[in-house]
Amino acid sequence: MKHLRPALSLFLLLTVLTGLIYPLAVTGLAQALFPWRANGSLLAVDGHAVGSALIGQNFTTPGDFWGRPSATSPYPDNAQASGGSNLGPTNPALIDAVQARIAALRAADPDNHAPIPVDLVTASGSGLDPQISLAAAYYQAPRVARARHLPLADVEALIARNAHWPWLHLFGTPRVNVLELNLALNALRAKPID
Amino acid sequence: MTTEFFVLLAVLLAALLATVRPLGRYFAWIMEGRPAWAPLAAVETRLLRLCGVDDGEMDWRQYGYALLIFSAIGTVALYALQRLQGWLPLDPQHFGAVSPDSSFNTAISFVTNTNWQGYAGESTMSYLTQMLGLAVQNFLSAASGIAVAFVLIRGLARHSTRLLGNFWKDLYRITAYALLPISFVLALVLVSQGVIQNFSAYQNVTTLEPTTYAAPKLDAAGQPVKGADGQVVNQTVIVPQQTIAMGPVASQEAIKELGTNGGGFFNANSAHPYENPNALTNFLEMLAVLLIPAALVYTFGYAVGDTRQGWALLAAMALVFAVAVTLLAAAEHQGNPAIGALGVDQAHTALQSGGNMEGKETRFGIAASVLFDAVTTATSCGAVNSMIDSYTPLGGMVPMALIQLGEVIFGGVGSGLAGMLVFALVAVFIGGLMVGRTPEYVGKKIEAFDMKMLSIAVLLMPILVLVGTALAAVLPAGVAGLANPGAHGFSEMLYAFTSAANNNGSAFAGLSANTPFYNILLGVAMLLGRFAVIVPILALAGSLAAKKRIPPGSGTMPTHGALFISLLIGTLFLVGALNFFPAWALGPIVEQLSPLPVH
Repeated sequence: MKHLRPALSLFLLLTVLTGLIYPLAVTGLAQALFPWRANGSLLAVDGHAVGSALIGQNFTTPGDFWGRPSATSPYPDNAQASGGSNLGPTNPALIDAVQARIAALRAADPDNHAPIPVDLVTASGSGLDPQISLAAAYYQAPRVARARHLPLADVEALIARNAHWPWLHLFGTPRVNVLELNLALNALRAKPID
Repeated sequence: MTTEFFVLLAVLLAALLATVRPLGRYFAWIMEGRPAWAPLAAVETRLLRLCGVDDGEMDWRQYGYALLIFSAIGTVALYALQRLQGWLPLDPQHFGAVSPDSSFNTAISFVTNTNWQGYAGESTMSYLTQMLGLAVQNFLSAASGIAVAFVLIRGLARHSTRLLGNFWKDLYRITAYALLPISFVLALVLVSQGVIQNFSAYQNVTTLEPTTYAAPKLDAAGQPVKGADGQVVNQTVIVPQQTIAMGPVASQEAIKELGTNGGGFFNANSAHPYENPNALTNFLEMLAVLLIPAALVYTFGYAVGDTRQGWALLAAMALVFAVAVTLLAAAEHQGNPAIGALGVDQAHTALQSGGNMEGKETRFGIAASVLFDAVTTATSCGAVNSMIDSYTPLGGMVPMALIQLGEVIFGGVGSGLAGMLVFALVAVFIGGLMVGRTPEYVGKKIEAFDMKMLSIAVLLMPILVLVGTALAAVLPAGVAGLANPGAHGFSEMLYAFTSAANNNGSAFAGLSANTPFYNILLGVAMLLGRFAVIVPILALAGSLAAKKRIPPGSGTMPTHGALFISLLIGTLFLVGALNFFPAWALGPIVEQLSPLPVH
């Protein structure tokens, strides 16, 4: 049993070091150096928090850009129950879900016959994906412009202004943040109440 | 397949290559026990003395005994912490105790460096459990794994001795000089990119649009109300707010990757934007996973006095890795034919990543998702930034096969090098049989006792995986957990036991594994997959250290050239394919060949 004392005391020592001192030191420095990011990158309008720049929200009205479908339970974009659908590629339930999303997009914009970008009809991994591809944003632009009574060119210009392109052609994909885009839309012209 | 993917792969491997030599030398310094900068050395000496550690080295039995006791203490402490978290501080969401079988599974899972997660972090674990329990084992299980690699390296590098190092000293030096400082820097970089680090309660924000959904109406007793027709009555619920989970994430995220642990703070793991907010953090997390496993291979070559030996193993690893991840990228870029048939645009263009996007995040697209997945299954990390359950059948088979090769393609911290050395010894044994010479590796003769230990280390894992999967497939409690019908359901079970027995921790996560059946069976698989492999490896190290070192003769097969690299890769695939091909045929292969679902 001569190993018991070193085992117990070293366990305690390393627990204090890695389980208390380390996370508290990181928290202290993080809060001092990057307080906005360390606390969740929250966005405020008129002093009220309306969401996080990193966490997706559920949009369903024609006048807003819609984000990635979310499979979180019991409702979409539940930010305290992250997760994907975990439906397998050959599961009929996956095909049903995709068909329902296609039907909803087509119903909201019957004249748009362009092929739907895949990220608009497939659930994200986290269920909280804050972004959509640029293809998905441009696909929705005619619907949003019509619902907001805005020229299509203005809406497309807004997408271009908010677009993120791969950095050095290496890091990231062509994408746009849905909450930020809708906030910018609201700033451009408030959504008509219907 | 896209140029972005190949550029990203090349940049990742180049960045890794640049770190191998300096970090490998640094680990050699840690292993050799040479004194640090004077004030740090004084702290080390004093703390170790305070803990009752004597200076002497241990033989393999004492070393293994120390490691097992230390792991047992960690398991009990982590179990207790989960059961008691309701009475302890830093539980702002008032989660209360975790169930006994889930606590048992999670305690074993984190102590064995598996980090399989039967639970959902943000709705189960208090901040205290995350930081003082789970994150601590992220450090300690990683340090134990590296310590085992140190012992095997010493066994090969030393001769005519029984002594293989001091476990307590190794544990302290690995944690204090390597894991803590690198994690600290990485955690701060992650926060600068948006990974959260706080102790706040979950934040309520008023969303731009309220969310409405249908939920069963409940009576006063919490039971669903049934209408006259016997159907459950639904009511419309309006949620005007979003409650966003918070916590000390960055500090845990850093060691989760660096220690090839993989247990996410959140249920969605590295797909969650607060764990992995952009492509840069994704890249750094991938690099952090590979850093130590690759460096230790160099440490081995350096310690045996011939760095070519290390480079040969690294070349074999990089080669298999590049081929595997390219296959995976090809499968996922093609997209899902059943979704393509509905007129959905899955093409890769300048405006979208395209491909099979179910379970993937927009900011990663296909390239950064599959690369992350291959990195974390080639190693024992098991973190995910996309949901493997929704991968295409052949796409899902690649991570499964990478784990089933024994996690030796870089592998877990320490365990990867140990596993690759095991296969290297098996390869020289096979080579020796072919030419009729006594097999030898870096000056050590491989004899009957060594081969017995090697056989246990190689064969135990496939037995655990296949027997476990077979049990789950025939028992109602096993089949009850399936989320997907048909061959894909079989893949879910096969993946679960593959992940557990190899201490990976990733999952085909549709499987409802938080049940007593899976918690206990997978817990046992993790335990045996870790310690029943470590013990024969320590015994092997003991046997090797006791041997004399023989100079290479004319009959010695060189173990640093292209011939040996091919032999090693051939051995890996021979063992892996012989063990698992029938299982692949029942799962991913038959799913790939089955017709599209029709409606």
